[in-house]
Amino acid sequence: MAQPLVKKDDDRDDEMDYSPFMGIEKGAVLQEARVFNDPQLDPRRCSQVITKLLYLLNQGETFTKIEATEVFFAVTKLFQSKDVGLRRMVYLMIKELSPSADEVIIVTSSLMKDMNSRTDMYRANAIRVLCRITDGTLLTQIERYLKQAIVDKNPVVASAALVSGIHLLQTNPEIVKRWSNEVQEAVQSRAALVQFHALGLLHQIRQNDRLAVSKLVTSLTRGTVRSPLAQCLLIRYTSQVIRESGMNNQTGERPFYDYLEGCLRHKAEMVIFEAARAITELSGVTSRELNPAITVLQLFLSSSKPVLRFAAVRTLNKVAMTHPTAVTNCNIDMESLISDQNRSIATLAITTLLKTGNESSVDRLMKQITNFMSDIADEFKIVVVEAIRSLCLKFPLKYRSLMNFLSNILREEGGFDYKKAIVDSIVILIRDIPDAKESGLLHLCEFIEDCEFTYLSTQILHFLGNEGPKTSDPSKYIRYIYNRVILENATVRAAAVSTLAKFGAMVDSLKPRIFILLKRCLFDNDDEVRDRATLYLNTLGGDGSVVETEGEVKEFLFGSFDVPLSNMETSLKNYIQDPSEESFDINSVPKEVKSQPLAEKKAPGKKPTGLSAPPSAPASAADAYEKLLLSIPEFASFGKLFKSSAPVELTEAETEYAVNVVKHIFDNHVVLQYNCTNTIPEQLLENVIVVVDASDAEEFAEIASKPLRSLPYDSPGQIFVAFEKPGGVPAVGKFSNVLRFIVKEVDPSTGEAEEDGVEDEYQLEDLEVVAADYMLKVGVSNFKNAWESMGSDFERLEEYGLGPRDSLTEAVNAVISLLGMQPCEGTEVVATNSRSHTCLLSGVFIGNVKVLVRLSFGIDAQKEVAMKLVVRSEDESVCVAIHEIVASG
Amino acid sequence: MSAFSISREACPTIKNILLLDSEGKRVAVKYFCDDWPTNAARLAFEKSIFTKTQKTNARTEAEIAMLESNIVVYKFVQDLHFFVTGGDEENELILTTVLQGFYDAVALLLRNNVDQREALENLDLILLCLDEIVDGGIVLETDGSIIAGKVATHTMDDGSPLSEQTISQALATAREHLTRSLLR
Repeated sequence: MAQPLVKKDDDRDDEMDYSPFMGIEKGAVLQEARVFNDPQLDPRRCSQVITKLLYLLNQGETFTKIEATEVFFAVTKLFQSKDVGLRRMVYLMIKELSPSADEVIIVTSSLMKDMNSRTDMYRANAIRVLCRITDGTLLTQIERYLKQAIVDKNPVVASAALVSGIHLLQTNPEIVKRWSNEVQEAVQSRAALVQFHALGLLHQIRQNDRLAVSKLVTSLTRGTVRSPLAQCLLIRYTSQVIRESGMNNQTGERPFYDYLEGCLRHKAEMVIFEAARAITELSGVTSRELNPAITVLQLFLSSSKPVLRFAAVRTLNKVAMTHPTAVTNCNIDMESLISDQNRSIATLAITTLLKTGNESSVDRLMKQITNFMSDIADEFKIVVVEAIRSLCLKFPLKYRSLMNFLSNILREEGGFDYKKAIVDSIVILIRDIPDAKESGLLHLCEFIEDCEFTYLSTQILHFLGNEGPKTSDPSKYIRYIYNRVILENATVRAAAVSTLAKFGAMVDSLKPRIFILLKRCLFDNDDEVRDRATLYLNTLGGDGSVVETEGEVKEFLFGSFDVPLSNMETSLKNYIQDPSEESFDINSVPKEVKSQPLAEKKAPGKKPTGLSAPPSAPASAADAYEKLLLSIPEFASFGKLFKSSAPVELTEAETEYAVNVVKHIFDNHVVLQYNCTNTIPEQLLENVIVVVDASDAEEFAEIASKPLRSLPYDSPGQIFVAFEKPGGVPAVGKFSNVLRFIVKEVDPSTGEAEEDGVEDEYQLEDLEVVAADYMLKVGVSNFKNAWESMGSDFERLEEYGLGPRDSLTEAVNAVISLLGMQPCEGTEVVATNSRSHTCLLSGVFIGNVKVLVRLSFGIDAQKEVAMKLVVRSEDESVCVAIHEIVASG
Repeated sequence: MSAFSISREACPTIKNILLLDSEGKRVAVKYFCDDWPTNAARLAFEKSIFTKTQKTNARTEAEIAMLESNIVVYKFVQDLHFFVTGGDEENELILTTVLQGFYDAVALLLRNNVDQREALENLDLILLCLDEIVDGGIVLETDGSIIAGKVATHTMDDGSPLSEQTISQALATAREHLTRSLLR
């Protein structure tokens, strides 16, 4: 040993922060690395220096290009040493340094020598290093050795080659694909992990060949797969095959389901869980298929291992979203998890219970949650709040206890995101459950009395200004609002002044008193607050008398800003740059939205965003649409927008042009809004129109069309086509659409389009206007009351046979989507295995006619479904129309 | 149900393996994906996962947490914190198997003295151990004794297992360890 023995430092043990690397410096270590060049190599010393270098890299230290090159060349010298340990460190160092192509050549021959060495460890590691640093040209030279290595009898060598193959497939697929014979042989290996790696590689080689994947799965599910990891892979591939093949319609059996179910009895928990999860994620999974998976997950719930409990409860939580009834069996185990040490598990258990709970269990559940809320982190509380919000929307009758719960937690300590989640939830409940309005508003008022977040205060004040005046006793809110003017910072004071003004404008009896309050605000020490007070005093008619507030003033106070802010900003900048005598005219700002803000609405699972959405909540998308349509002069005369449908895709995903359409229904008109996106960077489309053939829609006549002047790459644009139709009638029809345009080549390097274009057209899918388009989904909080108060004057009852169906759920969903109405009180969920079901629907039909529907379903042993449909509405003709929809659907 | 994309059909993937000390400082870490491209981002992730798990008791059984839509399984032993991170669609139990393999191997290599000082003094073994568990995100081996075996054959010059060493050899090994530990 060249290293002198150092005497042990006596007080070293007392030193808490002791580290062998203490005070280590990059410069010094790089100096030390010179020992690599010694003619007489000391392997141990060299290993130590490499360890130090690796330590530095691991701590996030970086080497400059020159330093890295120097170290690399020095390290290559170490291939001379025969020391196994040192060689291993050399491999590690080379991988960490990731040398450049011209440097790689230096070590290639050394590594290739090691690859053919008799020592298995050398072989395995040299393969991994070489494949990590190599490029395509070198790969062809060593391909022969890699193929041999794949079928090597040493499992470590085989695994090294297979895993390297998986990585190389990303960069050199054509080479790796030539190895499939060897890989296939390795799949039969007796070594567990070799089989796993071979299966992974084989699947990736064949992943684009459905038939091959299906064959692979068929043969392996019958054979023996040894390692649990390989079994997990096979389960994943199997569910992929199931997804692509669909149901076997003759027998109603799902292919490979037996295999998945068999895996539930595997001895490795990893495999059991993978299979259970795969079953729960099968599309259109039936409760019979689901049951065995739920049973094993339920067993996991009471495991002593936190990871197992977490995995199970997380999966059940997902199942509860689609099949709440299937999970109810686990409720008892789930309830005991509420007190779980691991808070992630407890939160998942709570939210699952909230999803599966029924109306009667709400109160008991809320008690348990109240105890639980005090000792979890904010991020979990937010999840709980969101779950409670959806529970409340599901059981509107329970709003009282749920609203109380929300207001209680609102009073407790919490960060901004948590408070915002609560406030958002209360706001959404106020909008969707009319009965909850007054109490909800008061809770919000109490909250702003002691609210440390300016943002929330101003948002609540704004909301209060819109909703407060419409309540039975608006005057009780004034005190809370005016307190803000006295107590808060300038931003909140200004918001409070605006809110006061809104009360003044809407509630004539309060006007004189509001005036007094506003006049006091004239002496505020903040400009904005004074300005607002002055402005509102003038707009409301400064004399303080009790007069009707004019519509124009209301529009000014309540109307939202209908000019896109980015357009406004550009216009103002232009105005400042080019000063003129004329004052700025807001009407000169273009109203067309450049990018399409509504596109994001399509994102599935997007929740209403509470305060940030415009006031009339569920209609927030509709509001934006209405603004957009009114800004187009041709459509301004159509009157009030009744309903806008969700976007319907008219093209397949990933085609050249992506087009979807939104159907806007007016009393006498229908406007089709085509949202188009050009997905080809080399093209610019001009004069884009949609040619609509309405020959299959007799009652519709095209009256206007608004083309798109240009459609550049990846910036969506809209085309509108308007039709006239008979007033108040739910006219239906089918439209075929063709996109017609002039296409111009664009040079991708400069982004400039060529002068000349070619006319071209693109066939879109057909579009149907159906009866459901004339129905607004509007829920009622208490269906029984609404049903009784509607009276049976125009009640219509009819029975229908729906023919054979897969299940009651399918029949119920089909009728709901046919009618396009809102299911009430959670009745859209059919209990497992039940033979009959009652579903309550409500909605508003075109012409603003309220409609309530009670559906009773029954299914017999031959799966024949019969349905009784009772309609009540304020208009007899609507009742008839509803039956016509069902009869013709 | 198209939400689970390619990643679910591909191999189980490990995003990183971390070994931190009782103050959240790095002992050894290895990242296998580009989710945290810079050292700063990595340190931030380590800090947040350390703070989040610090107060939990993961000494007898491995624990689990979600962070930035990743799943992290972890286990604490003395003043060492072991973490394994995977994507949020990953099978939790696979991650745990990797964690257990890592821990078992480290315990074998450090002869059951699993603490920060011992780990730093044998950092080469820890780094080799990380290298043998996962390669570029793909699980190489999960059995702790096999991993330790692979690492150990490189370090023992004569290749004989510890139990067969003579006392003088053991003393020599101890002396070497001491020497190495004092190298600055």
